[in-house]
Amino acid sequence: MAQVIVTINGRRIKTEIGKTILEVAKENGIYIPTLCYEPRLKPYGACRVCLVEVEGAKGLLPACATEVTDGMEIATDTVTLYEIRRTIVELLLSDHPPNCLVCESAGSCELQDLAYRLGIEEVRFKGEQYEYKVEDFNPLIERDHSKCILCGRCVRICEEVQGIKVYDFINRGFETVVTTPFDRSLTETECEFCGQCVSTCPTGALIDRQRKFKGRIWETAKVRSICPYCGCGCQIIIHVKNGEVIGISADVECGVNEGNLCAKGRFGYNFINHQDRLKTPLIRKDGRFIEASWEEALKVVTTNLSKIKTKYGADSIAGLSSAKCTNEENYLFQKFMRAVIETNNVDHCARL
Amino acid sequence: MAGLAAAFGSGAMTNSIADIAQADVILVIGSNTTEAHPIIALQIKKAVRENGAKLIVIDPRKIKLVDYAHLWLRQKPGTNVAVINGLMNVILEKSLADEEFIANRTEGIEELKAILPKYTLEVAERISGVPATDLRQAARIFAQAERATIIYSMGITQHTTGTDNVLSIANLAMLTGNIGKPGTGVNPLRGQNNVQGACDMGALPTTLTGYQKIAHDEVRAKFEKAWSCRLPKEAGLSVVEMFEAALQGKIKAMYIMGENPMLSDPDITHIEKALRTLDFLVVQDIFLTETAEFADVVLPGATFAEKDGTFTSTERKVQRVRKAINPPGKAKADWEIICDLAKAMGYEMGYSFPGEITDEIASLTSTYGGILFDRVNSSGGIQWPCPSLDHPGTTILYQDKFARGLGKFHPVEYKPPSEEPSEEYPLILTTGRLLFQYHTGTMTRRSKGLEEICPAGPVEINLEDAAAYRIKEGEEVILASRRGKIKVRVNITERSPQGTIFLPFHFSEYPANVLTNPALDPLAKIPEFKVCAVRIEKL
Ligand code: SF4
Ligand code: SF4
Ligand code: SF4
Repeated sequence: MAQVIVTINGRRIKTEIGKTILEVAKENGIYIPTLCYEPRLKPYGACRVCLVEVEGAKGLLPACATEVTDGMEIATDTVTLYEIRRTIVELLLSDHPPNCLVCESAGSCELQDLAYRLGIEEVRFKGEQYEYKVEDFNPLIERDHSKCILCGRCVRICEEVQGIKVYDFINRGFETVVTTPFDRSLTETECEFCGQCVSTCPTGALIDRQRKFKGRIWETAKVRSICPYCGCGCQIIIHVKNGEVIGISADVECGVNEGNLCAKGRFGYNFINHQDRLKTPLIRKDGRFIEASWEEALKVVTTNLSKIKTKYGADSIAGLSSAKCTNEENYLFQKFMRAVIETNNVDHCARL
Repeated sequence: MAGLAAAFGSGAMTNSIADIAQADVILVIGSNTTEAHPIIALQIKKAVRENGAKLIVIDPRKIKLVDYAHLWLRQKPGTNVAVINGLMNVILEKSLADEEFIANRTEGIEELKAILPKYTLEVAERISGVPATDLRQAARIFAQAERATIIYSMGITQHTTGTDNVLSIANLAMLTGNIGKPGTGVNPLRGQNNVQGACDMGALPTTLTGYQKIAHDEVRAKFEKAWSCRLPKEAGLSVVEMFEAALQGKIKAMYIMGENPMLSDPDITHIEKALRTLDFLVVQDIFLTETAEFADVVLPGATFAEKDGTFTSTERKVQRVRKAINPPGKAKADWEIICDLAKAMGYEMGYSFPGEITDEIASLTSTYGGILFDRVNSSGGIQWPCPSLDHPGTTILYQDKFARGLGKFHPVEYKPPSEEPSEEYPLILTTGRLLFQYHTGTMTRRSKGLEEICPAGPVEINLEDAAAYRIKEGEEVILASRRGKIKVRVNITERSPQGTIFLPFHFSEYPANVLTNPALDPLAKIPEFKVCAVRIEKL
């Protein structure tokens, strides 16, 4: 990669050709606001909040779509830029429903963050409030157009990443909305419920319906782990509140999945806190299961296994380990069968 | 994975998932990737869309990837070997093979060459139903690619000829020199999240960790020393053999952890009988599954979110699983239960944290030698083989040599599936997975949203078959095989070819495995889930 030197806000920065101004700024801890930008997508340059001043350029340039060149002199925090950004955000807020109080995205909303950052205490424009109800009775994704800022991220991620095109812009001007063909429910489209659109939406226009009112983003503990479903090994973030898993997300910056998931990984978490979970050992007595303590249960197991082993030999016992359990558990299971029971009758259902 | 072990010396995905982006040609065979491995499917679609990679799909069903394919070969179920031999014959005839790779890196080409000439395009077409022109074109595209990768899954392995299928795929990759470079390789996609890990850890009847053979004296000696015990030498039974042995009264007790063979195994009427015959059954799981219903003792285990440890993904990557919450009630992490049980039986397993187990595994397994818990914990994952602490892990296997030295060609002849359609059972049933459901549904079916979107699925029947049987959309019919009958609802579709019925195996309401054939691949011991003969009976 050819090295270039650029200046951002007076700071000389060595970087490589092919990077955008936004990327270079990010890498060097310089903040440039964005709304329609998303690292998983091709640059779009539509929302204009990332405009920057470049010495010698005609007009302002979008940082997300402009590649650096040698000797480029860039300013990201001038008064002009502040005014432009403020105007754009105020216009967006002017027709935005004011119910941030109960919005599911409060705390993770990029529009809210930007308004705060720009210190917009009052919106100078009074826009018509947008009324656009979407009745989409699918169980996973809730859509609310009144909160949509038309950044097109959902349209693009569905097309560019998922390879489908469930959403599109329809109508023009103030009437523009992003929706499905004929406003159909997602269940009547090609939608695969991967939730990529939910993960990218900067506002509360697209949310995980199962998570609604389960807990604020700042109240949840976030634990990095691995998806329990298929062998892709997607990296996930488990959101926990009061001992309950209330949502799953993914980090764009890590793992083979780069922030993407499928329907199982993103929405298939309700089994964890399901009421039918086994909570205590059970012992069969007279054909019925009776709740038991660990001590009692382990006693029944050891007595029976030992008895059978003595009477019929170790090879009359077999064990099935699990492709759902961890490596450590699989290791211990086969160690148990081999070292304690003394048989090699151990397998798992993975052949299947 | 017996096939890959024979050809290369070890059996796992040779390349990495991210690597697919670098392929010029992607051959997907027996993998409904968009539904079973969605994130890998994204890579495939992206390679096609953005890098102009050519996709060849070989599948009897019109799976979604067909929409992105340059070429779709719709073979009759169970005829993969005929298709691949046909392709290889064209490649040899047109001198498209990678002679240099064959000469330097492989052995056994003469034996393969000896059997191929009879797989002319006409013969391959007659057996598989794939038009000769398509076969010829596919062979050309594949062999002329700078970098071609082969991706396969259960559609290849779940046949009595599963090992043959895998060997054929390995032959094709070696014949064209597509091993050991980015964007190439033989890439089996494993179904469940930690199948790779379960195999790597020695949850197998003939191998300990890292596929070290239990039959080898020095291997046993090493483990006996580390574990302070005596290890049995004779190979154990595989899962299907265990149930057979139970029926014969040879297996008296079973300990089943986190598996639900009552839905996942072939011919479940048979399994039910086997479970009932046992003197003693312990099941450790998170729900009272269909299998747990037969248990004498049920032990409450934990979900992935309730424990620490590692999983190994299909690309051989060992990644950190972190505990987010406590298990409910008295339930415990499965590793703790095993430790308690071992202790109750007089064998000390005194681990206080799973990381100690990870490090013990590393100390006994050369491929995991550098995969210590702290390292996994502070990284995004490590791909084995990783023999030492300063080794970065391996993204592409066999760059200079195969695990067994030279790659070995195996001459593989086409054999028909163990059960072919007959007058009495004129249709072929094939089973598989759906996007919104997982395995036996223990987890997905209790995730309300997924279950609502994808309730118990109907059986897919081709338009023409439906017309021939005068079946209407949504009608309920009986499916019968030599082993049993089930009632199913019909979905008329063009996805399944004429004469073939597709039934997902996730649903206990429609237990596909009442019908399937437990006939095993002789080497890999994988049952023939992908082909069995059935008939439709009207209600
Ligand atoms: S869930 Fe996925 S497929 Fe459905 S609209 Fe969103 S991005 Fe597209
Ligand atoms: S729904 Fe969200 S992602 Fe889609 S255009 Fe509107 S604000 Fe952007
Ligand atoms: S999110 Fe989907 S693709 Fe990724 S590991 Fe989970 S099940 Fe597989």
